[in-house]
Formats: sequence, C-alpha cells, structure tokens
Amino acid sequence: MYEIHQVRVTPRVRPAACASRPARGGARPTVAGGLRGVPNSPVQPQNRGMAMKVTRQWARRGFGRLAERCGAVGRGVVEAHHSSEAMFAGLATTVALLLSATGLVFFGPPAVDHYARRAANLRRRRLAEVSGRPVPEPYAPLPEVQPVPGVGYRLRRTVRKKRPSLLRRKVEGYSADPATWRDLAWLLLSPLLMLLAILPLFLILCGLFALLLPGLLDGFPANPPWYGSWPDTPGAALAVGGATVALGLWIAEPVLRLHDGISEVLLRPTEKAQLSRRVRELAETRTEAVDAQAAELRRIERDLHDGVQARLIAVGLHLGVIEQLAGTDPEAVKAMAAQAREASEKALAELRALVRGIHPPVLAERGLVDALRAVAVDSPLETEVTADLPGEPPAPVRTAVYFAVCELLANAAKHAEAARVWIDLHTAEPGSPREALRVTVTDDGRGGARFADGGGLRGIERRLATFDGVLALNSPQGGPTLLTLEIPCALSSRRTSTSSEKA
Amino acid sequence: MRVVLAEDLYLLREGLTRLLEAHGFEIAAAVGSGPELARALRVERPDVAVVDVRLPPTFTDEGLQVSLEARRERPGLPVLVLSQHIVQLYARELLADGTGGVGYLLKDRVFDAGQFTDAVRRVAGGGTAMDPEVIAKLLASNARDEPLGRLTPREQQVLELMAEGRSNAAIARELVLSDGAVSKYTTSIFGKLDLAPSEDDNRRVRAVLAYLSGRGA
Repeated sequence: MYEIHQVRVTPRVRPAACASRPARGGARPTVAGGLRGVPNSPVQPQNRGMAMKVTRQWARRGFGRLAERCGAVGRGVVEAHHSSEAMFAGLATTVALLLSATGLVFFGPPAVDHYARRAANLRRRRLAEVSGRPVPEPYAPLPEVQPVPGVGYRLRRTVRKKRPSLLRRKVEGYSADPATWRDLAWLLLSPLLMLLAILPLFLILCGLFALLLPGLLDGFPANPPWYGSWPDTPGAALAVGGATVALGLWIAEPVLRLHDGISEVLLRPTEKAQLSRRVRELAETRTEAVDAQAAELRRIERDLHDGVQARLIAVGLHLGVIEQLAGTDPEAVKAMAAQAREASEKALAELRALVRGIHPPVLAERGLVDALRAVAVDSPLETEVTADLPGEPPAPVRTAVYFAVCELLANAAKHAEAARVWIDLHTAEPGSPREALRVTVTDDGRGGARFADGGGLRGIERRLATFDGVLALNSPQGGPTLLTLEIPCALSSRRTSTSSEKA
Repeated sequence: MRVVLAEDLYLLREGLTRLLEAHGFEIAAAVGSGPELARALRVERPDVAVVDVRLPPTFTDEGLQVSLEARRERPGLPVLVLSQHIVQLYARELLADGTGGVGYLLKDRVFDAGQFTDAVRRVAGGGTAMDPEVIAKLLASNARDEPLGRLTPREQQVLELMAEGRSNAAIARELVLSDGAVSKYTTSIFGKLDLAPSEDDNRRVRAVLAYLSGRGA
C-alpha cells in the first residue's frame, strides 16, 4: 500500500521530471558532452568529475521516473481487476433491480447491500488509501420507524403499533437516497473504467509483442507476412513499437488519475449528502447535550435539596433554640452552638463536593494541564502527565476533557487493574483549521476494554461528540490500553504550558 | 506577631482581622488582591502571611503564586494558605522548597478559632499545618508506597498528626498515649524514613515533607 501511495502522490510535485528536462533538451552543453562521453570534450578534469556526478544523479532520477511509471502501469492492472469485480456486482444489482421492477421487490435491497454498496465501499477504501484523504460513506440512514395506521384506524381511531418491515424501510430508504443511484452509475461505468485502467498495459504489450518481438525474432524480413503491411521496414517497426511502448508508459499516470477521478466524483459524498449528514449529527448531539444538561441540573437540584438546604434548616433550628435558651442555660446554648457549627461545616463540605462535580476549582485556577496533574496526584495509580500545548482550550472543552480523563483514570484503576498511567496532551495539526486538542491516556493494565452500550466509554464518546470530538480505543486482551481523545479547537494562549511532571 | 492577611471577600477579611486581633496578633495589612499582597509582603515583612488562594484580579490561584514568589525571594517566609477546597498539588508546591513554615487549610477551619490561631502560630514558628483533608487524600493515594508502606498503622497515625502540625504532647493527647510512647514512635518514624538525627524540629519538618511528597521521597 505504501508504494502505491508514493506513486500516486509524487507526480503532483514532479521534482524528477523538472530536473531531468535539461538533460533531454540538451540545455547544458558541457554536461551533455560528458554524458555522451565525447573524447575531445572541453570539460576540465574536475568539471568532468562533477559532470559524472550530475549524470549519475540524472540517471538515477530517470530510473526513478521509469520505476514510478511502471508502478502506475502495475496499479492500473490491479484497478482493472477491481473494476471487473465491480462490473459483476453492477450486473447482479441491475438484474436484481430489474426483477424488483417486475414486482419481485425483495430482490432489490439485498442486492444493493451485498453487491452495490459493498463494491462501492471497497472502492472508497481503496481511493482513501491511494489519495491519503478519507472517502466517507455517503449513505443516508434508513427512515425512522413511524407507526403505521392499522386497518381499523378509521373505525376505532387507533394506531396499530406495527413496525414497517425492514425490507420496506430499505426499499424506501435506498430508493430515496441519491447515493444509491450514484453507486449504480459507477457500477455501470465500471467496464469502461476497467478498459481505461488496463489501457497503458495494453499499449505496452502491443508495442512489445505485436511490433518489436516478431521483427526481432524473424530478423526483420523484407515482407513480414503476419503483422500487417505497415510498418514494412525493421526501422519503422522499431520506431512505431518503441513509440507505442513509450506512449503506454507516458499515459499510465494521467490515465490512472482520470480513472481515480471518475470513481471519486461518483463515490465521494456530494456536498448535499455531507451537509445533511452534518445536520443529522448536529441534531443528534444537540439533543444529547440538552438531555445531559437537564439531567445534570436535576442532579444538582436534588443534591442541594437533600444536602445543603437540609443542613441550613438544621442550623436555623439550632439558632432558634439558642435564642430561646440564651441567658437561662449557658451549657445547653454552648452545646447547641457547637451543633449548629457542625451542621454548617457539613453544609460547606457538601457544597465543596458539589462544586467539584460541576466545575473543579483547580480547573478555573490553573487550567487543564495542572488540573489533570492535580488529579494525577490524587490518583492511587502512578500517573505521569506530559503536555505540550501552546495555550489553553476553550472552557467547555476543558471541562469535558477534564471529566473524561478523570473517568478514564478511574476505569484504569477499577477495571484494568493498572499500576501506571501516562497522560499526554498535545496539539494535532497546529496552525491549520483542523487544529485539535489530542489527549492520550495509556495504562499498563490488562486491556480488553470495549465500547459497551450504556457503558462509561460510550458516555464519554457521547459527551465529546457535542464538541465534534472523538474517542479512539486500542485495548488488546492483556493490555496495554491506549485511549485517544481528540477535540477540534483553537488553543488560545491564556497560559502557556510545556512541561512534564511526574506525580 | 505581625500578620499580613489577604482575602478578597470583605466580610471574611473583617472577620479574620477581628479574630486574629482578639487572639493577640497584630494585623500589619489586610489586603484584597494579588498585587496588593505582593506589595504588603515586601513592605511590611510580616512574621506570617494568611492568604486566600483565589484572589483578584484574575481569580485564579493568584494568592498561591504571589506567596510562592515571595518565598522564593525570602526563603522560609511563613505562609498559611486558606482555600475553599483542597488540591494536593498546591500542598506539594508549597512544601517543595523544603524549608517549612507553610500551612494549607480549608476555610472551614476558621470556625474553630483556637485551632486556627494555633495553626497560624505553628506556621509562624517554621512548622507545618496541613488540613486533615490533605492527609486523608494522601493516605488514599499513597496506600502502597515505599517507604511509607514500611510504617506500622500506629506510626502512620502519628505521622499524620505530625503533618497536621501537632506537637508531641498534642499527639499524645489525641491518641491517648504517654509522651514517652509518642517520642518512641517519632524516633522509629525518623529511622524508617532514613532521616539522620539533627535538630528535632528540622527533622520533624523533613519527615512531614517526605510524607507529603509521597513517592520518590
């Protein structure tokens, strides 16, 4: 995969082509003379050494270009093979859809699932590998389940709580989704794409076998009997054959680009698809954020009601008693005052715990990195925090990351039975519009962590999603566990922190 | 004993001033912000500073930073830091220079005037006054650490109280022991923490520092 990637990327820069152009055009006579090895060349001895060096460089570059082009021809063959698979997938889908049109609807969705989408997704993955840019799936999700009015609806005004069948939802969803039809267009084009991809190799083979080889084998007879009347001389055969091979090599890369380009236009999500996906994501995460916030407010209200409020009522009651007893029973007053003080201390302790759960004070006082260091100090695990941040992330991101890391640390202690944890904070793609805060949490525990529905990791993932953040998990059985949080955000420079500290 | 007091809430500042004056302290300056505190510490050269962590203008850890800065200029300047919440990291930073004369208490502790003024005096005398909550958190996070792990539970109790800043007599009262038993425990603690005999006070501070800085001590 790596080599293929190289081949695809280098032609855009074309350093080799630019550098070798003067050699072909002969723009630098002294060096060109050295290249040909003319005996009476006016090149000085030390210049000749130089010239040799330059020549060798050019030769190496020339070979490099040739290797790249041969690589492109090779990849063309691989692509043609994939396109042939797509061709069969297209055939199967078309047949299934034609059958659907005749009323055998149940053929449609499985064909789309098993042939069209699978082939298209394979192609997308391949395009992403080759271009280095991700090609996401453009498909819209299936329509929401709506209760279908039952037969008795008109009579009894009741809605039958019947789920429409999956097949029905797929038929509706797939046919309404433009991505399905774009996939189909691509599948139907795939025979042409296959021919396109194989074209350079075809030209090279024509050149080699149909023109050069017979001539060489037969010793170039005057009237070659079986490869046509033209070219009729060995020289012409050699020239035409060579030119065909060269043409094949020369067009290999542009043809491949065209091939990939056509696929990409059809398979990459359209702007509309991307936008509607974005709207969908935003609506989902917004709903979740609102729900989470409401739940949080309810929790705070409950905590205040059961804790602090009750304690303050107790303080008030004690003070009332003290008022009554003042002057009559100093001992009892003293005892009551002590109780009142105790109650107020408890209220304060509860408020402190509550505040820490809402927004830890150390986060406000010191920023994210030091707040995490404070957590590391408190953790029973040996925790090391390293950070290289140009500034402080925005406050909401800071809070989200803080609580996420706290939860991950707790997980490491509780579930992974880890002894050591490493937390690292740094900027991903600094300076670009895709700048992001990346936090990795690694532990030496027993691994095997996974995203369980309703589990802690899912919760963290959901909370990060509100900020378009993601949580990646790598946790093989037996450990270690590596969790990566990434949240897109510009890192303002309120406080600069570049350091490492062991806790 | 001259005290510089830094606290941004007017009511609390007045309350603390009155409390300290009632217990025989002289308030050299009572200020309400970080820069004012820095100036007061330079100009007044107090015997002890009582400082709130969070102060204007930034409302971050201004008080702590100014105190640490002042201690860098004048090593051993006694500082008692008050806060609404306990962060072990801050305790560690205060203790990091190893000279003692630091305290870190929750503001709630002000309720018990006797204990609070004791703490101020201890800090002014070069000792330490750590909030029981600091100690509790340390115990939770250092449970399986060397060399503290070598201490017996009783020795740990004694060290805890030492860290809070109690004297041998106070520890004896708290644990219902004789003074002799307590000094036996302290000697054994010093031995287990590899602290060479020197001036007893100094060794106490170092034992507490070893305890509070936890790992790698």
